[in-house]
Amino acid sequence: MSASFDRLTQLCAKRYSVDASIIKAEGDIFETLGIDSFQAAELMSELEMEFDVEIPDYELQDIKTFGALSAAIDARI
Amino acid sequence: MLTLNRIPCVGEAVRDALVTFKTNTALIEADRHRENGRWTYRELKQEAERFAALLQSHGFEAGDRCAIVMQNQSKWIFSGLGGFWAGGVLVPIDYKLTVPEQLAIAAHCKPKVLVTEYSTWAKMQREDSSALEQTIVFVTEAPEGADLGKGLRFEDAPSGAFTLKHRTRDDVACVVYSSGTSGTPKGCLLTHDNYLEQAQVLGRLYPIAEDERFFSILPTNHAIDFMVGFIMPLMMGAAIVHQRSLRPQFIRASLKQYEITHIALVPTILKNLEKRIRERLDDLDETPRQLVDSAIKVNDFLTAKEPNHTLSKWLLKPIHDELGGKLKNVFAGGTFVDRKLVEFFYELGIPVAIGYGLTEATTVITVNDLKPFRSTTVGKPVDGMQVEIRNANEEGVGEVWVKGRTVMKGYLDAPELTEETIVDGWLRTGDLGSIDISGHLSLRGRSKNMIVTEGGKNIYPEDIESAFDDLPGCEELCVFAANYIWPSQSMLGEQLIVVLRPDNDADVDVDAMVAELVARNRKLPDFKRVGGYIVRNDEFPATASLKIKRNVLAEELRALDRASAVIALDS
Repeated sequence: MSASFDRLTQLCAKRYSVDASIIKAEGDIFETLGIDSFQAAELMSELEMEFDVEIPDYELQDIKTFGALSAAIDARI
Repeated sequence: MLTLNRIPCVGEAVRDALVTFKTNTALIEADRHRENGRWTYRELKQEAERFAALLQSHGFEAGDRCAIVMQNQSKWIFSGLGGFWAGGVLVPIDYKLTVPEQLAIAAHCKPKVLVTEYSTWAKMQREDSSALEQTIVFVTEAPEGADLGKGLRFEDAPSGAFTLKHRTRDDVACVVYSSGTSGTPKGCLLTHDNYLEQAQVLGRLYPIAEDERFFSILPTNHAIDFMVGFIMPLMMGAAIVHQRSLRPQFIRASLKQYEITHIALVPTILKNLEKRIRERLDDLDETPRQLVDSAIKVNDFLTAKEPNHTLSKWLLKPIHDELGGKLKNVFAGGTFVDRKLVEFFYELGIPVAIGYGLTEATTVITVNDLKPFRSTTVGKPVDGMQVEIRNANEEGVGEVWVKGRTVMKGYLDAPELTEETIVDGWLRTGDLGSIDISGHLSLRGRSKNMIVTEGGKNIYPEDIESAFDDLPGCEELCVFAANYIWPSQSMLGEQLIVVLRPDNDADVDVDAMVAELVARNRKLPDFKRVGGYIVRNDEFPATASLKIKRNVLAEELRALDRASAVIALDS
């Protein structure tokens, strides 16, 4: 996986106090982190700050897994 | 006050206002902290006429359908008004549906034109490049050099002049899909009379002044925002504000930046605002907190009979400032709202108008008139609307039937469904309720097998069953809304359940079957997931053609104790 996936994993693990090893590329973001849609929106904003990218809402609508999220970030870095 | 009696159609009602309020700001479009644009009424008229001319350049005629699949943004409004002025019938399609669902609706209503954003059009082309063969597609905001396939640019100049097309009250203004991404699509045929009647009634109850601003964040394709976030502000000279990112921090920032006075919300967003206010209150030191608590009590006492926004705003300035400082009317629609949430905001001097409505009745059937505030009911029928409880039981609870000028004409191309739903001019809502001595309606459950999510989506359990096709070891299954089997006193937290019948002839591992059920359930969008299951070894009652008799099965299940019969699913 890309460097952004590793950074993403570390950030999510720290933010939601979960073990980084449970974050897999094919894992469902909501389920793995146990978050709702509002928390996910907050997380997206933090990730945008971290990676200095802007991902429009319409694109996030289709992103369910960490791998897809990481790919969306990579496409903009 | 809105007086629309002599106006023949929605397009002309808004057109009159565009002439009257020429220099007022009509529309502001924000994207995060940026402002994409702002348009006066005069400029809005020019934009909508340009699009109407573009439609007419491509052979669009009065009575043709113009579907719109867009998030809330300025071009939704230009397309909507342009479509009306070209004599069109609008088909607002939910931009949050999946592309196959959107295409299924388009296949049902066969629009002459579809307007959509580039990102959606790109997905539609990937999904099925042959879809929409008979439809002219206008694509907004396509990048330079993008491959649009058969799509045309929304921004292209029209080849001819615009001619205003007149419609009558009885003509269909919109086809609005209340559900039906599988099974029988339910496209509600709503006339110009339906909309104008509803706008006049709501305009009297909740006027919006010329210098006020409506924050349109519920999807405009939804009946509520179409009414209160699109046509009504424009009929009354107010401004509509769009925010293209609906993340909570941008919603809160826009409330302040644009001094929003009116907003319609679903409870999930209302809860987020509540959480934010509670966090702010919890951060206060003891003395300021005591002062705020005292101010809340004083406000509660002084506004017990009727809201007084000016007084509340003065008493509770820091809290009102958190919501922009100008907010005075919140409409909570699309679903049923937790009374504690509504009480929380009322105590802070921000009345939340709760009501009850169906797309089939244009928008609103009853509203809480706030005089005095009662959070336990969905209010009294609005002017012109009759509400009756039919087949009431000994507690006075029965099916809610409604009649009035806002009841739809019927469902598109579904005469049988229309006949079942509208009986002698009365709309059967499928909801159970009772009316108290003061005329307030309380909802008590559903007589229809469906749920409404917090986000306002109608979910029909039958539409979900295909996700569990061929479940190993399962002979047959049936999904129900729990509230349909066991009507409760509340419409909050509605749940779907699945009834499973293991194959009696095989040595079925029920745990494995349930594990597979859980795995497939997780793949569904959260609002379509089942929350529990029942294992039943008896055959399901069926018709001669082996279709499950759902109502009979529900009746049999009703005899069970819900708490012990339903096993919760960890999703």
